[in-house]
Amino acid sequence: MEEFTGKVWLLGDDIDTDIIIPTEYLALKSVKEMAPYGFCPLRPELASKIEPGDIIVAGKNFGCGSSREQAPEVIKALGVRAVIARSYARIFFRNAINNGLLLIENDTLCDDVKEGDTITVRVGESIEYDGRSYPISALPDNLLDILEAGGLVKAMQKLNGVGAADRE
Amino acid sequence: MGMTIAEKIIARAAGKEEVRAGDIHTVTLDYLMSNDGTTHLTIDMYNNLKHPRIADKDKLVWIVDHNVPCDSPKTAASQKKMRDFARENGIAFYEGAGVCHQIMCEKYVAPGQLIFGADSHTCAYGALGAFGTGVGCTDYLYGMVTGGSWVLVPETLRFHLTGRLRRGVTARDLILTIIGQIGANGANYHAMEFVGEGMKTLSMSDRICICNLCVEAGAKTALMEVDEVTMEYLAAHGGREPAACFKSDPDAHFEKTYDIDLSSIEPVVAKPHFVDNIAPVSDVTGVKINEAFLGSCNNGRIEDLRLGASILKGRKVADKVRFLVVPASREVYLEALEEGLLDIFMEAGAMVMNPNCSVCWGSCQGVIGAGETLISTGTRNFKGRAGDKDSFVYLGSAATVTASAIAGEIVSADELGVL
Repeated sequence: MEEFTGKVWLLGDDIDTDIIIPTEYLALKSVKEMAPYGFCPLRPELASKIEPGDIIVAGKNFGCGSSREQAPEVIKALGVRAVIARSYARIFFRNAINNGLLLIENDTLCDDVKEGDTITVRVGESIEYDGRSYPISALPDNLLDILEAGGLVKAMQKLNGVGAADRE
Repeated sequence: MGMTIAEKIIARAAGKEEVRAGDIHTVTLDYLMSNDGTTHLTIDMYNNLKHPRIADKDKLVWIVDHNVPCDSPKTAASQKKMRDFARENGIAFYEGAGVCHQIMCEKYVAPGQLIFGADSHTCAYGALGAFGTGVGCTDYLYGMVTGGSWVLVPETLRFHLTGRLRRGVTARDLILTIIGQIGANGANYHAMEFVGEGMKTLSMSDRICICNLCVEAGAKTALMEVDEVTMEYLAAHGGREPAACFKSDPDAHFEKTYDIDLSSIEPVVAKPHFVDNIAPVSDVTGVKINEAFLGSCNNGRIEDLRLGASILKGRKVADKVRFLVVPASREVYLEALEEGLLDIFMEAGAMVMNPNCSVCWGSCQGVIGAGETLISTGTRNFKGRAGDKDSFVYLGSAATVTASAIAGEIVSADELGVL
C-alpha cells in the first residue's frame, strides 16, 4: 500500500476549470508555461506557493465546467500529489485519471482540515489527520492501472508494449 | 426489468442485449467530435504514439470554432496544426462554419448514436435522441486510435414535462430553473431524460438548448425521445436516418423523477459566478450592463435570433452598451440574412459577428474588462469566464438579453414591455 504525507491547500466548493486554468492562458505553448497561472482568478498567489508533494483539499464538484484537459495537467505540473474533494465533476475525473493525477473522495476532511496542516494518505485505505483517521475507498483496478502507468496513453503502451493501435 | 434510453444506447454501442446502470462497458463510438480548444494536444499525443493509427477517419469531425478568426500567432499555429493534420488524414474539417455542436446537430448526429466530443456541451445531441458526452483529449485520442472507449452506464434522472411555456418564457429559463433546483452537481454522472406531453410544445431549437446546458448540472448526457419534431428536423437537414429510436421502458429504473409544469416557469438569470445561482429576473432588475451577448451553442439558433430581432425591431441598443449577436452557424447566419434579421440588429446598433463561440468562452471576441458586467446567452458565468477575473456574467434567455441590451440594465422583456 502506497503512503505519502503532504501539506494541505484548502479550496471551497465548485472549483471550476476556468478557475484552475483560465481561457486566456490556454494558448500558451506548454502546460509548464500555464502552471504559474493555475487558480489565479481565485487565488493569484497559490501557484507560486504550491510545492511538489502538496495536497489540494476541496469541497463538492471539483473540476466542474469545460472538458479542457489542461486543468488536471496544470495541477499535476504544479507538483500536487493528490486532490481530495467531496466530489468531482465527471469529465474532470476522467481527465485526471487519464493524466495520472490521483483523486480521492472524502466527505468530511474538507470541514476539519486547516490550510497549511500536514496529512498522510494511505492510498485506498485512509487519510490520517490530527490524530483522526478518515476512511477512503479504493479506485477500481482498471483506473488504478492507468494511474500507476502514469496516464491512459502510457497504460495503453504498457499493456501491449507497442501502442494503442495494436490493441484491437 | 426494462431499460432507460441511456442504457439502450450503450447496449447498442456495446453489442449487448442488456446493460445496467453501474456497469462498465467497452463501446464502439459513432462519431468523435473535436474542436480547436484541445485538438492540438490530441495531435501532439498522437504523434508521440509508437504506432499511431486512426481506427476510422470517417468517424472523426474536427471543427475550429473557439478562436475564429484567430486572435494571435499562438492560436494560428495550433489551428494550422489541426488543419494540416485533418487534410493529411482525410478528416472532416470545418472552420468559420459555426459552433461545433450546432454543426454536429445540423449535419451528423442521428438518433440512437453514441458520440464523444472533446467539449463538455456534447450532451446537446440528446435533443436528437443520441447519447453525446464530453471527454478530454486523452479519452478522445483513445477513441480516435481504437474506435471505442469504456463507459460507466449512468443512472437516469427523469424530467416529466407538462403544460406550455408562457409568452416571453423560453427553454433557456426552463433549463436554468432546473439547474438551480438540482444544483451544479445535481446530475453528476447521471443522464437527464426529458419526456411528457410538454415536450410536444418544444421546438428542436428549444430541445438543443435544454440538453446542451445539462452538463452545468454535472450530467454525463441528456436524452429525449424521437418524435415528429425530430424527424422533421432530420428531414430538413440532409435526411439522415436514425440508427435507432429508443424510449425508456415503462419498468425501467429511474433514480428520481421530477414533474415540471412548463406554465409555472418564470424568466430567470444565473447570477455570478455559478450557473446554479438562479434568481427571477425581477430580483436583479436594474443591474447596469456594459455588454450583451446573443449567441453560442446554447442560444445562437435562428429561433433565438428571431426572438431577439422581434424585440429589438424599431428600438435601439442602449448608449454605451455593446450588443454582440453571433449566429451559431453559417446556416443560421444565412437564414437570418434572408429573413432580414441582421438588418434589424445592425440598424439598432448591435454588432453582428461571424459564427463562432465568441465571448461565451472569453477568447477572441467581446472579452470584458475589470468591473464590467455582461448579460449573456452563453453557457457559463464562472469567475473570469468572459474576460477579467473581476468581471461579472449573468446568464439569461435571448429575450432577457435583448431587452437588457435595449434598457442598458438587466430587465425581462415582459417588464420592459417589449414582448
